[in-house]
Amino acid sequence: MIHASLTELRAALDTQRISSVELATLFLDRIERHDPALNAFITVDRERALAEAANADARIATGESGPLTGIPLAHKDVFCTEGVLTTCGSKMLSNFVSPYDAHVVSRLKAAGAVTLGKTNMDEFAMGSSNENSHYGPVRNPWDPARVPGGSSGGSAAAVAARLVPMATGTDTGGSVRQPAALCGVTGIKPTYGVVSRYGMIAYASSLDQGGAFGATAADCGMLLNAMSGFDPRDSTSLDRPAEDVLREARREAGTTGPLAGLRIGLPREFFAEGMADDVRAATEAALTHYRSLGAQTVEVTLPNARLAIPAYYVIAMAEASSNLSRFDGVRYGHRAEHYADLDDLYRKSRAEGFGAEVKRRILVGTYVLSHGYYDAYYLQAQKLRRLIAEDFRSAFDQCDVIAGPTSPTTAWAIGAKTDDPVQMYLSDIYTIAVNLAGLPALSHPCGFGADGLPVGLQLIGNYFSEARLLNVAHRYQQSTDWHLQRPALAGEESGSAR
Amino acid sequence: MSRNDWEVVIGLEVHAQLTTASKIFSGASTAFGAEPNRQACAVDLALPGVLPVLNRGAVERAIRFGLAIGATVAPRSVFARKNYFYPDLPKGYQISQFELPVVQGGTITIRVGEGEKSYEKRVNLTRAHLEEDAGKSLHEDFHGMSGIDLNRAGTPLLEIVSEPDMRSSAEAVAYARALHALVRWIEICDGNMQEGSFRCDANVSVRRPGAPLGTRREIKNLNSFRFLQQAIDYEVQWQIDTLEDGGTIRQATVLFDPDTGETRVMRTKEDAHDYRYFPDPDLLPLEIPAEWLERVAGEMPELPAAMRQRFIDEFALSDYDAATLTASREMAAYFQSTVDAAGMALAKPCANWVMGDLAARLNKAGLEIADAPVGPQQLARLVTRIADNTLSNNIGKKVFEALWNGDGGPSADAVDTIIETQGLKQVTDSGAIESIIDEVIAANQKSVEEFRSGKEKAFNAIVGQVMKASRGKANPAQVNEILRRKLGG
Amino acid sequence: MSLSNEQVLRVASLARIELTAGEAGDTLAKLNGILGLIEQMQAIDTSGVAPMSHPQELSQRLREDAVTEPDRRDDYQKTAPAVENGLYLVPKVIE
Repeated sequence: MIHASLTELRAALDTQRISSVELATLFLDRIERHDPALNAFITVDRERALAEAANADARIATGESGPLTGIPLAHKDVFCTEGVLTTCGSKMLSNFVSPYDAHVVSRLKAAGAVTLGKTNMDEFAMGSSNENSHYGPVRNPWDPARVPGGSSGGSAAAVAARLVPMATGTDTGGSVRQPAALCGVTGIKPTYGVVSRYGMIAYASSLDQGGAFGATAADCGMLLNAMSGFDPRDSTSLDRPAEDVLREARREAGTTGPLAGLRIGLPREFFAEGMADDVRAATEAALTHYRSLGAQTVEVTLPNARLAIPAYYVIAMAEASSNLSRFDGVRYGHRAEHYADLDDLYRKSRAEGFGAEVKRRILVGTYVLSHGYYDAYYLQAQKLRRLIAEDFRSAFDQCDVIAGPTSPTTAWAIGAKTDDPVQMYLSDIYTIAVNLAGLPALSHPCGFGADGLPVGLQLIGNYFSEARLLNVAHRYQQSTDWHLQRPALAGEESGSAR
Repeated sequence: MSRNDWEVVIGLEVHAQLTTASKIFSGASTAFGAEPNRQACAVDLALPGVLPVLNRGAVERAIRFGLAIGATVAPRSVFARKNYFYPDLPKGYQISQFELPVVQGGTITIRVGEGEKSYEKRVNLTRAHLEEDAGKSLHEDFHGMSGIDLNRAGTPLLEIVSEPDMRSSAEAVAYARALHALVRWIEICDGNMQEGSFRCDANVSVRRPGAPLGTRREIKNLNSFRFLQQAIDYEVQWQIDTLEDGGTIRQATVLFDPDTGETRVMRTKEDAHDYRYFPDPDLLPLEIPAEWLERVAGEMPELPAAMRQRFIDEFALSDYDAATLTASREMAAYFQSTVDAAGMALAKPCANWVMGDLAARLNKAGLEIADAPVGPQQLARLVTRIADNTLSNNIGKKVFEALWNGDGGPSADAVDTIIETQGLKQVTDSGAIESIIDEVIAANQKSVEEFRSGKEKAFNAIVGQVMKASRGKANPAQVNEILRRKLGG
Repeated sequence: MSLSNEQVLRVASLARIELTAGEAGDTLAKLNGILGLIEQMQAIDTSGVAPMSHPQELSQRLREDAVTEPDRRDDYQKTAPAVENGLYLVPKVIE
């Protein structure tokens, strides 16, 4: 059951081969056993989870179950959960029990998914390695000395270690795709506006988007189907008819090859220097496999992609500096014990409550918005953003999906980049342009690097092409077994899931 | 040098709270006076993860205002964040409009002063933009702490910014009053200044005529027209005194203290905030299609300026009367209903009654015209009865007082009931008047002699006696005419 | 473009984040590294390009004017560091 797909779990629950309570217990026990070494969870609420599971069993018994009813789930701790600690990985919110549920949380509750706990993350989703958490770094299940990626590192590691079969995440500059790649799982970030941001603690409002982690594209699709949907409380939520993102993956494959006619664009800029050799080898092999499935590859160009990193960091830090102003020690959150006056209360509460990277980003964001610098930084970044979005628009005239590496390297050692923020930012090179444009993208496992660490392939689609992306990844996964490889946890054998 | 050697330059920024039921970006109530923080929802409190959604009602009120002042209602406007830390500002930024406001331009015509010396002036508006109000800091002592109430946080505001077109405190007050009347007229703001629904900031500077604009100081949060006048007068004199003493004015924000009648510096430009405005990424551009504008235009009430002109054209009222009657929508509506019932030919006496006896009586009782115990239908009947000679004007005042006290019930027929039951009908029968006059002449031979010997005053005394003898009911014109004939004058 | 120590302190003051003398130096070095990265943007001529604030360039959706939020003061104030009589307490606000 531990390694079963969501479809298999669904069948097992519906035929009552296992109850939701038993399933939850199985995973809760795994968390208890393995999480101390991984630190993927900030909060595990066994009692609440078992109560939810019992409810799910009641629903299943009356035949009222949906696709996810009774299946265990973990939420990134960026999502507000009513009555449950919601920290966003920060000391600032280390005492914050949310009085309300995020839209994503409400939807998954309504679907009957059973929440086991809240996963560790980079503080306020700012980071690429999960080392910026107040609750300590998450460890990569493939090698506990390495980072899991960030910022949704806890969710990625939890799914990779099979502490939970599915988990939510958020992706502002790659925070779902990059940890998915580094942990060897599948992760999707949909088109901006598909998943409501209500109750998702904001990092950079115009870039933040909820996403899904699973072992496979099919599992991600099931979770995404339940997470997404219009929410009138989010002005940027898209009011579109509900769609089944797995509809293409369910179709029978054609006789000329499952991906016949698919044009995969390879951005020249993504395949230039900067990519590690082992990542390059795995990526090339994956592309060869795609060709064998009937796809053809074409070279495309994203000439402004190299400017995505500076433009992204200006926009993200500017928005973050403002979004994080509400953490002032007055209505909730950390409040300094000693202060001289109101300003001192602000300064000390914020200095104590925020970690170093969060403070850096607030300071840079404050600076680029301050008087006299707005045009040179923020406005210039917004203009580059348009150029980057237009690059993608042109590229999609020539191809159906864009493929390339998710991360330039496999997982690095904990501590290797913590003293050099710029080196850390550069590891986002392949993922952030997607957020600037607001496009959907996913990462799926496509092999292993030199140290036996997973490599992820990124697939980027045009707006609202989630169904196509998941179909492409699904066809790949039907004919490969990279996604079935599992890490060796303490006391367990490594190997293939089936 | 005297004050006359200086030109005063004033611009006003008015914050008008809009009359929506819910807040501009949340579904919490805007009702005034709730217990602290009971009307502050998750969005108003800026809990982590919450997001704003714009209230259609607030936008519609901004459109009404834009149409009322002949402004451009922007087809596309943008909300921005104004960043600063203050405990009554929960997000650490205020959502406002900066570069692209919803209302651009427009004018308001004001009348300054009263009577013959009064004059008209057009004041240009720069813009009006939508934004959210802040909460309140309560300074009563909680062990040396202040208490924060966020009920007001998120209440929709229209910030209305004028050009620096006013040249005296009188003009500034006239503009503020005209604006106050207008926002109430078009029902976008209740205008309650005590509750803070309509708050004025005044930018004041002085210069030598023809010189470039002087350095201005901004007087914040003036919540009555009297304070507005006092604060500007004090500030102008202070600036002139300072300059004439060889000093310079530093740009500053000042507060007016009603107790001392003085202004004092709150902050100078040096410690002015760096607000770091940028477009709010949680909100998309506000688009107002032409169809929306057209619908709102179709629903607009007749505006004071148009109504005033119509009163002049249709009812032949003087400019002064027309202006007075359109000072508030309630008064204009009352007058219009009165004329509708009495007929257009009686518009002038209707106007006189509304502006005269009714206004004086309301003032004495401390009532608003909407709460007047004498309704427009009743007043119209009264005016009609005077016009058709059923009542003399003087007896009319008696009837009015009886109506005010509720005699005869609420309908217009009360007028006739009062006339009937109190026997107030005017005597116009010449024979009857003649016999009263004969009696009075017989009883007042001394006055008759005096009149005949040339004392015109004696005539009035005899008229008085006749009126008294008729208990005021004799038609005064007829009394005059018959008496003069009989006395051979 | 690089920041002076004074500018960093000014920005920290705007952002209401206390920086101790010990932290300021390291912060300055790291911020200057980040600004160096950001400076790359200036090489591009973007004249004539309209800024893009949102991935979906749509217009604002409007909410009907209705009161939908109940009073939940007690729930919301459970997380507050200091409240009294329903008010959030802060050090004396001087104006």
